[in-house]
Amino acid sequence: MKYIFIFFSFIFVEAKSIEPNEMLNDPKLEKIAREIGKELRCLVCQNEDIQNSSADIAKDLRKIVRHKLLNGESKKQIIEYIHSRYGDFVLFSPPIRIDTFALWLFPMIFFFFLTFLIFRK
Amino acid sequence: MRFLFLIFFCFFFFIFYEGLKKDPSKIPSNLISKNIPEFKLKSFDNAFMTNDDLYENEIKIINFFASWCPPCQVEHKQLIHLSNKYSVFGIAKKNKLKDLSSWLKKLGNPYKKIGMDLEGIVSIDWGVYGLPETFIVDAKGIIKYRHVGPIMKRDLKEIETVISNLR
Repeated sequence: MKYIFIFFSFIFVEAKSIEPNEMLNDPKLEKIAREIGKELRCLVCQNEDIQNSSADIAKDLRKIVRHKLLNGESKKQIIEYIHSRYGDFVLFSPPIRIDTFALWLFPMIFFFFLTFLIFRK
Repeated sequence: MRFLFLIFFCFFFFIFYEGLKKDPSKIPSNLISKNIPEFKLKSFDNAFMTNDDLYENEIKIINFFASWCPPCQVEHKQLIHLSNKYSVFGIAKKNKLKDLSSWLKKLGNPYKKIGMDLEGIVSIDWGVYGLPETFIVDAKGIIKYRHVGPIMKRDLKEIETVISNLR
């Protein structure tokens, strides 16, 4: 019984917060909408993407993404629009710029430093 | 080597310590120093409210609120206080006209004009992610300041300082 439960919990792990009435009829556009949804961070429940969040703002953002896709906007344009409204915070991978360089560089420096500390004679 | 380790330790300690003081629920606005977004909404008085209404040659306070949001009720007194000195505009997010009408009757109406953002799209255009949120827009229509959450009595001084610095 326990194993059956574990098996099914893995199968349903992909359950989404997206509601059926939000989905687009065109499966190609819906796929792009989901890709965009996974790249954007929910602003209220901050460690979730908007695709999986049930927060009101995430729902609004999912709606706006789909609305813009139907208007013929590209994935890049839509992400740029939401980025322009909410800043770097909304992106799961912030752009590499001078002011964000430390964010990308320090984990590597830290890793090499620790490796050096551990393996030095 | 120990010295290098100490420098590294101090550096990261300082960064993490500073990080602890920040409130992760307060996200900085990306619209500061930018023009107000274009919009056109049905207004509470059954006309329209557009971004042109906010280009009047004076400093304005724009408050995103809703009658269904309890913290909005908390800040209402402070908004009435501010409306005695400055122009306060409201954008009601996903609010039924009837509910808003009885709410304003009960608490008083500090707003010069209220736009009805029924879909919540204008709120997204302004980078709003929760209610209430308040913006200060200068005489040229540029967003200068944002306050996230209810305006409490203790926040009034800061808001009034921001406005007096813009004058």
